[in-house]
Amino acid sequence: MAAKTPSIRALSRYLLRPQTSLHSCCQHRTQRKPYSAAAGARLNGTVEYDTTSLLHHTSRSALANPELPADVRKGQTKRINLYTAVNEALRHALQTDERVLVFGEDIQFGGVFRCTMNLAADFGTERVFNTPLSEQGLVGFAIGAASEGMRPVAEIQFADYVFPAFDQIVNEAAKYRYRSGTTGVHCGGLVIRMPTGVVGHGALYHSQSPEALFAHTPGLRVVIPRSPTQAKGLLLSAIRTNDPVIFMEPKVLYRAAVEQVPVDAYHLPLDKAEVLKTGKDVTIVSYGTPLYTCSASIEAAEKDFGCSAELIDLRTIYPWDRETVLKSVKKTGRAIVVHESMMNAGVGAEVAATIQERAFLRLEAPVKRVTGWATHTGLIFEKFIIPDVTRVYDAIKKTIDY
Amino acid sequence: MSLRQGTRRIRINKAWEPSRCLSGSQTPRIPFGWQECRSVASTASAERVLFPGALNSKFTNTLKFLRPSANEAISTYRVMDQSGAVIDKEAGVDTEDEEALELYRNMVCLSIMDLLMFEAQRQGRLSFYMVSAGEEGISIGSASVLSPADVVFCQYRETGVYMQRGFTLDQFMNQLFANSKDIGLGRNMPVHYGSSELNIHTISSTLATQIPHAAGAAYALKLQNQQQPEVPPRITVCYFGEGAASEGDFHAALNIAATRQVPAIFICRNNGYAISTPTSDQYRGDGIASRGAGYGMDTLRVDGNDIFAVRRATKEARRLALENGGKPVLIEMMAYRVGHHSTSDDSFAYRQKVEVEDWKRRDNPLTRLRKWLESRNIWDEAKERELRSRLRKEILVAFDKAEKEKKPGIKHAFEGVWEDITEEQKMHIEELTDILQRYPKEYDIEQHEGGLASLLELVKTDKK
Repeated sequence: MAAKTPSIRALSRYLLRPQTSLHSCCQHRTQRKPYSAAAGARLNGTVEYDTTSLLHHTSRSALANPELPADVRKGQTKRINLYTAVNEALRHALQTDERVLVFGEDIQFGGVFRCTMNLAADFGTERVFNTPLSEQGLVGFAIGAASEGMRPVAEIQFADYVFPAFDQIVNEAAKYRYRSGTTGVHCGGLVIRMPTGVVGHGALYHSQSPEALFAHTPGLRVVIPRSPTQAKGLLLSAIRTNDPVIFMEPKVLYRAAVEQVPVDAYHLPLDKAEVLKTGKDVTIVSYGTPLYTCSASIEAAEKDFGCSAELIDLRTIYPWDRETVLKSVKKTGRAIVVHESMMNAGVGAEVAATIQERAFLRLEAPVKRVTGWATHTGLIFEKFIIPDVTRVYDAIKKTIDY
Repeated sequence: MSLRQGTRRIRINKAWEPSRCLSGSQTPRIPFGWQECRSVASTASAERVLFPGALNSKFTNTLKFLRPSANEAISTYRVMDQSGAVIDKEAGVDTEDEEALELYRNMVCLSIMDLLMFEAQRQGRLSFYMVSAGEEGISIGSASVLSPADVVFCQYRETGVYMQRGFTLDQFMNQLFANSKDIGLGRNMPVHYGSSELNIHTISSTLATQIPHAAGAAYALKLQNQQQPEVPPRITVCYFGEGAASEGDFHAALNIAATRQVPAIFICRNNGYAISTPTSDQYRGDGIASRGAGYGMDTLRVDGNDIFAVRRATKEARRLALENGGKPVLIEMMAYRVGHHSTSDDSFAYRQKVEVEDWKRRDNPLTRLRKWLESRNIWDEAKERELRSRLRKEILVAFDKAEKEKKPGIKHAFEGVWEDITEEQKMHIEELTDILQRYPKEYDIEQHEGGLASLLELVKTDKK
């Protein structure tokens, strides 16, 4: 390593000269807004986590959630972000159930997204530990531990890196109960957590949302929370359920999504979508990060052309709540599905097909999919590939005008 | 999979005759050492195992488990000590003075570029960066003894390999800023370089996936070496970290490389950390070098801070890799990761600052070579200052130039997925074009080369 000579300091001074694009948001973990927004943009870049109606900015609104048990609704809340909510759920699970284990690559010091902060120190490295760098190994290990009665929560560092474990997940975790027949052995209690989705500069291998691949596998549950409150309640349910769960955490929300979350533990249903906003002209179905995009688009669209849109969070991608979606579409007569991953054979295809099968006569317009295009997430092109406020806004307009 | 293997095993019985190999391979007549097959029938007095899986094992009536922990650790090869003094004066350093100066200049250049770009990322000028601090000697030293025609597969901390092979500062900067002159067309994260001119495959962020590729590519080269005896033979070289060596791909790669006897050097940079995970959580056993023995490969452990050792080891490995038509070689290069894993990491969350400072002070590839150069009286403080100031200027010029370039054309978002644009992609491109045209204020398309026209090009020109 070269000594820090004055010349190196001069370099830094050079770099500190005022430049046009010195957004701190370009940093991996501190990004607030997608830095794609053009200077004159009116729609893009309008997702404001501080004010969005999708997050509980007051204790009162957090505790009004009818899905919470009565005693939790009488309790306290705390303002936390999504990674802290994950941490709290893991902490509660470790505290209340000695079968729970937490492991994965780099999790002992807190994990690269800080979800497992202090867990190793507080619960010991017998139950909270680093694994060698092998996804197939650690997922297979988790399946084995689950099959012998433990409740392992395995972390994959990025959803993009789950593929070495694909065999273990699809051929083993998903089929364990079925192939075991009357032996009754299964790997329920297994949760595989992974950060998913785009952050603005993740390019090919830090941006993917492979939920559709897992949604094509019977035996798995696929869950994607949209907020700290949801993450805590859904993760606790995922650990409690006797089916293996793929739990995908939108990584841009780890720090960006901050809200009031009940301090007590609670479980949220793994088979219910949630209507986040009621409306009468069009139903928008989404999950995870794009819900914030949809919400901003709806706000602009309702203001601009006086429509009324209903927004639904699927929450559980598979098995999913057809009833809530169909009920809504039968009311509005129009539907749009929004997700980051590409269109072909994506979750939107399944939702759209179900709507046309079961609500065909109520449809006033074709079901519109607003999704990633048929390409990879090229670094500099992310803003053109992933659905933004403009594209959802335009989809609302077109679907209503159809 | 297991079923298929079962039938294959049954068929092996048929091949149970002289001069046939268990692997079923027919082309090479070259005996593969211990793997040679025998067809001697088992006798009551046989001294050696005749099971097909272990042909040269002697019988023993002593019950004794192998206990690797009882063995002495594999030794670490070095040419000069920490003060830059050559240990075996007779063998020397195998490097001309001018060559050594060139290596030193490249190492300094790499370390200055690293400091600068790390700082630039901290200021939001680029999205990501990874430094090589502590490992400059491994990448630059090993690359310096390869043939330019050898094919290289990197992980992501081998910037020095690119630099040594001739990747220019402009090329680095264009990739880091993902501008219109970036060879990777702005698609990859910073430091994911690639160059067909330099025979280095483009880096993927996934770990260890390139190791089996290197084995397969080496097999291609092995056949091509046979088919084109007039062309100088080539090998592949594959770099990876000790963390990646935990992935299944590493083990699969070494095994297949050994069974197909491919001309490849697998270079493990063992820098002590996989992000935060120390080697104690990563593996048991004697490092990555001990894995080589398990796969029947020639293996060596080298002091990565000693660029002369790195060079001599790699040179000899290259010779071995081409011996008898080809064989894989494993080298474990020992180092200490002085920098953070990447700009997304703060390593003081899991290791003591003093540990890093100690390593920086105690030993590193740059100061060691500098001490040697000074002992030869071909380097001094004045030269050092002159070099650093010149390199800094050169890097800043490239930096400035690259930052000002336009972004790559938007068409590159869609091209290259398949060989040709598909019907589905055309639909998507038309939909995007329509959005960009009707909402021009929402997007900065003029930052991109060709603006909207770049995209229109794709739908207009009907490719076959």
